[in-house]
Amino acid sequence: MAFIPHTRADVEEMLAVIGVGSLDALFEEIPAPLRAAELTGVPEALTEMQVGRLMRERAACDGTPLCFIGAGAYEHHVPAAVWAITTRGEFYTAYTPYQAEASQGTLQLLYEFQTMLATLTGMEVSNASLYDGASATGEACLMAVRANRKSTSRRILVPTTLHPRYREVGHSIAGQQGLVFEVVPYDPARGTIAVDALDRAAAGGDVTALVVQQPNFFGGFEDVDALTDWAHAHDALLIAVVNPISLGMLRSPGEWGQRGADIVVGEGQPLGVPLSSGGPYFGFMTTRKEFVRHMPGRIVGRTLDSAGQEGYTLTLQAREQHIRRAKATSNICTNQGLLVTAATIYLSLMGAEGLERTAAAAHARTRQLRAALLGIPGVRGAFDGPFFHETVLRLDRPVAPVLAALAAQGILGGYDLARDYPALAPAMLVCATETKTDADIERYAAALERILAPAPPSTANS
Amino acid sequence: MSNVPPELEYTDAHEWIRRLPDGIAEVGITDHAQHALGDIVYVELPDLGRTVSAGEACAVVESVKSASDVYAPVSGEVIGRNDALETAPEAINQDPYGAGWMLRVRLAPGGGDAKTLSAAAYLDLLGKESD
Amino acid sequence: MAMREPTIFECGAPGRGASDQWPTPSPDALADIPPQLRRKRRPALPEASELDVVRHYTRLSQRNFCIDTHFYPLGSCTMKYNPKACNQYAMLPEFLGRHPLAPAASSQGLLRCLHELQEILKSVTGMGAVSLVPMAGAQGEFAGVSMIRAYHRSRGDLGRDEIVVPEAAHGTNPATATMCGFRVREIPVNADGDVDLAALRAAVGPRTAGIMLTNPSTLGVFERHIVEIEQIVHGAGGLLYYDGANLNAILGKVRPGDMGFDVIHMNLHKTFSTPHGGGGPGAGAVGVSDRLAPFLPIPIVGEDRGSFRWLDETDLPQSIGRLSTFMGNVGVLLRAYVYVRMLGRDGMRAVADHATLNANYLCARLAALGYDPAYPSRRASHEFLITLKRQSRMYDVSAMDVAKRLLDLGFHAPTTYFPLMVPECLLIEPTETESRATLDAFAAAMARILAEMQNDRDQLKSAPHAMPVRRLDDVRAAKQLDLTWPGAPAGPVSASP
Repeated sequence: MAFIPHTRADVEEMLAVIGVGSLDALFEEIPAPLRAAELTGVPEALTEMQVGRLMRERAACDGTPLCFIGAGAYEHHVPAAVWAITTRGEFYTAYTPYQAEASQGTLQLLYEFQTMLATLTGMEVSNASLYDGASATGEACLMAVRANRKSTSRRILVPTTLHPRYREVGHSIAGQQGLVFEVVPYDPARGTIAVDALDRAAAGGDVTALVVQQPNFFGGFEDVDALTDWAHAHDALLIAVVNPISLGMLRSPGEWGQRGADIVVGEGQPLGVPLSSGGPYFGFMTTRKEFVRHMPGRIVGRTLDSAGQEGYTLTLQAREQHIRRAKATSNICTNQGLLVTAATIYLSLMGAEGLERTAAAAHARTRQLRAALLGIPGVRGAFDGPFFHETVLRLDRPVAPVLAALAAQGILGGYDLARDYPALAPAMLVCATETKTDADIERYAAALERILAPAPPSTANS
Repeated sequence: MSNVPPELEYTDAHEWIRRLPDGIAEVGITDHAQHALGDIVYVELPDLGRTVSAGEACAVVESVKSASDVYAPVSGEVIGRNDALETAPEAINQDPYGAGWMLRVRLAPGGGDAKTLSAAAYLDLLGKESD
Repeated sequence: MAMREPTIFECGAPGRGASDQWPTPSPDALADIPPQLRRKRRPALPEASELDVVRHYTRLSQRNFCIDTHFYPLGSCTMKYNPKACNQYAMLPEFLGRHPLAPAASSQGLLRCLHELQEILKSVTGMGAVSLVPMAGAQGEFAGVSMIRAYHRSRGDLGRDEIVVPEAAHGTNPATATMCGFRVREIPVNADGDVDLAALRAAVGPRTAGIMLTNPSTLGVFERHIVEIEQIVHGAGGLLYYDGANLNAILGKVRPGDMGFDVIHMNLHKTFSTPHGGGGPGAGAVGVSDRLAPFLPIPIVGEDRGSFRWLDETDLPQSIGRLSTFMGNVGVLLRAYVYVRMLGRDGMRAVADHATLNANYLCARLAALGYDPAYPSRRASHEFLITLKRQSRMYDVSAMDVAKRLLDLGFHAPTTYFPLMVPECLLIEPTETESRATLDAFAAAMARILAEMQNDRDQLKSAPHAMPVRRLDDVRAAKQLDLTWPGAPAGPVSASP
């Protein structure tokens, strides 16, 4: 039971070595009135066969709908090799690599990951990952407060074109340390940051950092050069939030504006991690070398061993909670090691060309989808201007019932923007990736056309 | 045995103070402290012009396994910092009372009055700590 | 010893990339993207064939210790066996393929699993409500302390700005309190390993927001005065936070809710056996007493007559908010769910029984060999603390030497130098899934090391000898930062501001 290997004889002999008469005697220091009664809320044990049956039934309930939702989580092809290797016990069941000599596999992999993320984002240094894109953005705001010694205001400018969940999580994580998040509206014609609104926000005093998502939540492109230069002209740091697949073809944040972004974060899920109902994913963070000691999270360095041979170890640990305690850069202990393992293998297989092709193929499918849906009466585009692999469409009626009707046909048609952007409603964010086919897109378009078609004249009771 | 130069003053948090002319005090950490910390890999110093008060954490010394605050043993304005430690923090290990100095403070009126220990008293303290 | 494994950047060759994996978009796929937005220089990623990649990462995997290959008695980390069924059933294609924003109507199977997990965790901990959102133990702590803050604020009790933490606590406790805007007040532990009650009484007052406590503590003993602590802290108007790092020791034996705790986080990757993945992902579910339920992080799974949905800010307007983009580490939660269903009611108690049996047995064996338990008068919980202070003075060896030598002898090292207050310590947690034979083999290795202290000190002090690398130079790593492979050019195009 419970994967416990002891025989009855083992237990008795072990109790004798300890010098007690029963297992219960081992708990004698717990005050008797506190001892728990039977856990009535826990069901009786299932065998592996029974639990397997149960889980397959539960999974079957949820089915495998055709998915056109993005909004921060993207369905990309994951090569079989990625998870075949990632789920090897040596990666899967290892602990955080504190004992470096017994963890060279994980450590070297993390060093390779840091190198890949640095080159992808155009920055000098990377950590070994954070929890997810939203929490990484919150951590970046806290880091900006530590790193920007020219600003004392703790004011972070947060455009509404940043993922709404990222804004909320940033507030939950950083709000308690006195950070002030000032909302910057978007230009309703283009769906990008209204630059004149930035100047108004800056008039209130010094600015610690400006957060810019590229491509933004609507899939559109911000004028990142102007925004980066604006931030630096105001002695603010520029925090870039990016989709790593898009960096296969987009200019890296290190090349934005005159001096480049200062901190780059994002959601790592598109790099070989399945949608997985929302997690586990991983957040990444890269920065300039001069800010490395302000960066939260694990960092791996290459060094030498006592025989002069190359090896890898966790470094800069004095920033971390287990040493600095109340003065640590963050309370974070873990990275998302396993997901980073998958992402490193994914990036190794894709390389620069595979990544660029993936970006192009995903984008081509979204253009195809957009064209197909815009051909349906009652559907129109929301914004002018180019986009990447995700776009906003407006409908002539509330979106929620339309999406429900599509879901009933096994199609997840998009993300309803009514709650996060009431002024845009009725509108939805749709996405296609390289995983979609002509037939998938035709199926979606046909279903939507039927749903939006004018109802035949009703003869029912009025 | 720790090196404790007789001409300096000390604190119970293992900082040393050297009185320079014109109301300026030079500050660092003691030989005992550098030994306890081990190889120092990074030093964070306060900005020039910052006003510190006695007992306030004003710098950080990091080894691989620890990070320790350095407390200002006197009150006043930081007018000098040993920027060479940025690239060569090992100076604190090698020469804690010389090349390993950390900052110079222009004492505020009464800023040097904080209770310090003589070399003899500091040696006593080290003797007690090792018991 | 093992050859150097080149980095992946050295494994390939220009033009050799794993092109079978690449899509083939039409040449004009990116025609509508403005040229000034396009990348001018490609990132310096590997160009390696699929077999290059598979061999490289398989070989790297072989340079790791892991539970599947080695005994891992890391104190405070609960490195128990991760049953394979948990992984297999959490990775069913429907769960892996499900988009996090899929509507509840097409997610009833998943939501039902998560709802049942919430209910089981409530029962195991004796708490009134549970949120599964936090993505790691540290984030669970953050959520818990945030709720303490939100609770006091909701009552207009704004003067409570201190969190009391015993000196033996995990470093995350004070770090979390700081992240939540509190001042940390550390209190000592007495010679028997219990919280110093006089110091606690002196520390609490109208500024006390709460206390963060691990029980059994990080010293590997049960805090015997928990009832008094509860009275002192609640009496001062503070709340009690339970750090669930050591929950494995008391599963089914005593419940944090019954001990009077108001908030708890659980490390599902410890107690409920989800794999550690080389440092994550974890999951740090939080449980609260009823008066804190309105503040739980969202979303939570709610049930209405057999149908399940997410509860969000409209249901819980006082929530401390969201901590992850979507819904935390669902895949980890599913693994924990499969595990608790296989354990069942009686299995929970068996876990605590045998985890405690193994710790006390190994402690007795090591004490008989001549090692010094740090708290010899106390019963060990699921882990115990050895101090090498005596050996360090007699033989000039350190806990680090012992840790590195254990690697040579085929065992992962215990936790070293934690808690910081006990000199030269090893915190040893065998877990319930290790057999007596494994514990005996570990004791034999420790006996050999004790003999080496006397007869072959060089062998010990220069360990490890049998790993892919010898002891690494951490000082060099920290001083001469080398964080990216120099063959891969990186860096912003111009100097910093």
